[in-house]
Amino acid sequence: MIPTHYFLILSAILFTIGVVGVLTRKNGITIFMSIELMVNAVNLTFLAYARQFHQVHGLIFVFFIMAIAAAEAAVGLAIFITLFHHRDTIDVDEANLMHW
Amino acid sequence: MTWGDTIYLLPEIVISIGACLLLIAPVMRRGGGVVRASGAPSGGGARTAKWTMLAILVLTAVAVIASSGLVADVAQTKTFASMFALDSFAIFFKLLFIATMAMLVLLSDDYLAASRYSAWEYYSLLSFALCGMMFMVSGVHLAAIYIGLELLSLSSYILAGYFKNELKSTEAAMKYFVLGTVSSAILLYGISLIYGVTGTLNLMRIADAMSTLVTNDALMFGIMLLGAGLCFKIAAAPFHVWTPDVYEGAPTPITAFLSTASKSAAFAIFARIFYVGMHHFRLDWQVVLAIIAALSMIIGNLAAITQDNIKRMLAYSSIGHAGYVLLGIISVSEMGLYGVLVYSVVYVFATLGIWATVLMLSKHEYAGEQVSDFEGLHRRAPLWAFAMIIFLLSLGGIPPTAGFIGKYFLFYAAVGAGFGWLAIVAVLMSAVSMFFYFRIVMAMYLRDGDGQAEVVSSGGLKLVAAICLVVTLLFGILPGPLVEQAKISGGWVAKRVAANNAQR
Repeated sequence: MIPTHYFLILSAILFTIGVVGVLTRKNGITIFMSIELMVNAVNLTFLAYARQFHQVHGLIFVFFIMAIAAAEAAVGLAIFITLFHHRDTIDVDEANLMHW
Repeated sequence: MTWGDTIYLLPEIVISIGACLLLIAPVMRRGGGVVRASGAPSGGGARTAKWTMLAILVLTAVAVIASSGLVADVAQTKTFASMFALDSFAIFFKLLFIATMAMLVLLSDDYLAASRYSAWEYYSLLSFALCGMMFMVSGVHLAAIYIGLELLSLSSYILAGYFKNELKSTEAAMKYFVLGTVSSAILLYGISLIYGVTGTLNLMRIADAMSTLVTNDALMFGIMLLGAGLCFKIAAAPFHVWTPDVYEGAPTPITAFLSTASKSAAFAIFARIFYVGMHHFRLDWQVVLAIIAALSMIIGNLAAITQDNIKRMLAYSSIGHAGYVLLGIISVSEMGLYGVLVYSVVYVFATLGIWATVLMLSKHEYAGEQVSDFEGLHRRAPLWAFAMIIFLLSLGGIPPTAGFIGKYFLFYAAVGAGFGWLAIVAVLMSAVSMFFYFRIVMAMYLRDGDGQAEVVSSGGLKLVAAICLVVTLLFGILPGPLVEQAKISGGWVAKRVAANNAQR
């Protein structure tokens, strides 16, 4: 059996890649993909722990997270499409109408 | 789960059905025709939607009051496999949310009618958000809390961008969405690490598991990430960057929603998670949260001074208020919990009153939002100007307004917990906050101005302002009933904290 901490290291790496993607990318969709990567890294953590504990709680929570991530995708893409209608771009750096 | 447990969910079931009803009602009315958010004529439909929404809220309030008969105590947290607690703490916040929501409906009414957007979907989304808030304050399991929080957040993202033909609104929604989902992912990562160390997601069992543990890196990391996610939701610095932009760009009643109901729901789960679940390691997280609280108060209140847009100014002021409420959470005592409860009520009513005044000046989408629009208001609308002073004094924490009572509890709790320096920062920053609150007062009374912003006060706005004024003054002069209610509502959470504090 593969030790739990292998999964945890992988998920920490995936989460970090996601965070770096959010911070450095400018395209809205790419940022959104990075966020999904972060969420899936969390899912992997839950699954690794649930396997270690032989528990069903962690597994069920993952299903909830996936359902919520799907809802998030629907809302997020709708917002990006609306933004595209206004600006003809989803470059987040262009969204500078409000600043102090 | 048994069918017997379902009764505990009655308020949430009522509001969910109501939300679905609001969503399908316009389609039914037009015989199955397609209704577009932007194309639908408002007018009569908007009025019907308002009354339907108010009726649903009344039904939900009745359901909450009916279900409050079921409140026992800790035993109540056993429902739905110990995921859902119907305790006095949850009831307190549910009633506060419903009251806030009813006032928001009255605030939104004219503003929506003047816009081109459908009122039905708007109220439907508000109902879903209310359902999420009610669910999360009842959650005693991190999964339940997370699901409630996401229902609230997803509805809020859409509502922030509800004026989809306005670039400002869309931009606010985009910023809120990107930062909101990142913070949710961070919060989830924290939950997953806490799950990994304690082997459970239930707050009471997490507390039990933690009491046998010594400090460990994964757990500290988990608590920190969870705290960071929650700090984003309450808009505490340095996780506050989204607040000014979203508050400015969102439709004004939605800004009012985000700064009142949505924020106090986040305070409630913050208090519940950290009081019940993370109590054992309080010495570790207290210091971190104290720094966050100090930063919020300093950044929020100092940045508000230079703002000319009233929505932006109130956004920074609300960052400062998140810092004050954190004082109550940091102190980890009964007093701190009562402070959080009292301050939530006080803050919600004072803030809603201010938003009523702002909405009175906004004829349509983004008009009447500058501080200069308030110039000479005491001649155009003397009563409104007077009410505005009371609300601003309450936010500043000056007696005899209710804000003083809220701040008294929070600052006293912080001193009692050994955070005297933080209380000093809080008092200083309250003084700074009076400076920019008085900019509005000066504009209203000392400047004449051209009076460009037209005064359009409707019955709904007047009613909301009157309610807020009465509550703010009443609880300021006679704080007894509110404090007593907070002590009752603190319930087992307060007792548990007191017992745990006594053990050490």
